[in-house]
Amino acid sequence: MTTLVIAEHDNAELKPATLNTVAAANAIGSDITLLVAGSGCQAVAEQAAQVAGVSKVLVADSASFEHQLAENVSLLVAELGTGYSHILAPATTIGKNLLPRVAALLDVNQISDIISVESADTFTRPIYAGNAIATVQSADAIKVITVRSTGFDPVAATGGSAAIDAISAEHDAGNSSFVANQLAESDRPELTAAGVVISGGRGMGNGDNFKLLDGIADKLGAAVGASRAAVDAGFVPNDMQVGQTGKIVAPQLYIAVGISGAIQHLAGMKDSKVIVAINKDEDAPIFQVADYGLVADLFEVLPELEAAL
Amino acid sequence: MKVLVAVKRVIDYNVRVRVKADNTDVDLANTKMALNPFCEIAVEEAVRLKEKGVADEIVVVSIGDKACQEQLRTSLALGADRAIQIDVATAPDPLSIAKLLAKVVEQEQPGLVLLGKQAIDSDNNQTGQMLAALTKMPQATFASELVIADGKATVTREVDGGMQTLALSLPAVVTTDLRLNEPRYASLPNIMKAKRKPLAVMTPEELGVTLSNNLTTLRVDTPPVRSAGVKVESVAELVNKLKTEAKVL
Repeated sequence: MTTLVIAEHDNAELKPATLNTVAAANAIGSDITLLVAGSGCQAVAEQAAQVAGVSKVLVADSASFEHQLAENVSLLVAELGTGYSHILAPATTIGKNLLPRVAALLDVNQISDIISVESADTFTRPIYAGNAIATVQSADAIKVITVRSTGFDPVAATGGSAAIDAISAEHDAGNSSFVANQLAESDRPELTAAGVVISGGRGMGNGDNFKLLDGIADKLGAAVGASRAAVDAGFVPNDMQVGQTGKIVAPQLYIAVGISGAIQHLAGMKDSKVIVAINKDEDAPIFQVADYGLVADLFEVLPELEAAL
Repeated sequence: MKVLVAVKRVIDYNVRVRVKADNTDVDLANTKMALNPFCEIAVEEAVRLKEKGVADEIVVVSIGDKACQEQLRTSLALGADRAIQIDVATAPDPLSIAKLLAKVVEQEQPGLVLLGKQAIDSDNNQTGQMLAALTKMPQATFASELVIADGKATVTREVDGGMQTLALSLPAVVTTDLRLNEPRYASLPNIMKAKRKPLAVMTPEELGVTLSNNLTTLRVDTPPVRSAGVKVESVAELVNKLKTEAKVL
């Protein structure tokens, strides 16, 4: 088994989801190559070489890969990919954007968002918003797979000593270009990697009230999430959304505040180790999955909780 | 410009699915079916482009058995001009679906193809990307804003850290995220009119696509059930339990 893992990075730093993806690659076989495609990404390549269990790092450093546009990077991955039995990427927005395009170029199927490896050709993945788990077997020559990071414990970021090979590759499809990024600034831990997540829903009432969560998040070192209702109402930006169409999290502790617990929200958090629900409606579906439920007005409880921590 | 929109018939998003007792699939008998919510957003966006004078014709296409004509009629009632059903008895794998759509693109030569970012049943999030690859078109996935001007599409995408804006040359493939728009309701007169709009039926053979079957679902299971825990009476009790019982603080 030879596995090519697409590293997730921002040209400066290797993203933690890569480590979970390498863990999935480990479960498939041992010969793992990490591909760093970007521009001015030597620092990322050096971090990638440290990752435990990686035997080789390929660096494709070219202006055409700077923003990791799927049109350009897919040509590179499809070209390299023919030499591998498996191609993996994290099921982040970058991975989801890129890998189906790679799979189609290689004329194979893509398997999305796997949560476990049963064997080299058999994987499990959630379907129907996580309400069923499908075990799928692929007969394709190359298995192209995105990996749900919460399904695999990350490998160590250090301790490896892979060789770094620079490959000269230039792929510019010439039909798309990058215009701008509007990235949300936050000094909190990344939502998908945080050990504790506190999320607010429609019950928060407005965006200002999300500040009530900030103090608690600071004390717990938690990331702040939101339900779709809170995002649609404009309380918080969309990149905070937890759920089927937002981010999938599985922290040690998930605190849901003013969230009813729709199927689509549960899809994003029900693998959390401990779930706490604070809601004034005692019939809210969130209480059916919560380990600890508190039926109370969040505006009274949140300041109390912050003081108690 | 012609806009092609791909739509899918799926279980209604409010329905709680049940896994069949023999673990072969989920049980869809007698469940409420609907237009996939992301596809609805794609149809709405196409209709808005037509209202702005950007699009002149909207063609909707769906792959499935005869039942999916219901979702095509819904799309026609929302404002699409004509519909194509590609008749297959069972759902092909995602690559075959993309190949079928690529053939429709070849025939119809649209200036823009709109799809939902994912279907809420298979949760694959693949078809738009695969279609773009097969037709060598640029792609903008997870779109929350779409502007067509000067022969290009400027698309704002929802990415993990926030938003990203790309410019694509046309023709292009765009997949919709939830925040792109708020779909309208079909009015009764429009539902009546939709019954007279053209709906063509094609087969994979006519399109020259051989359906592959390289992905096999071995079994479908119910995920581990999380049982309800305890209700606490106060914040003090909650913090105490988190510290001593759950040991997560």
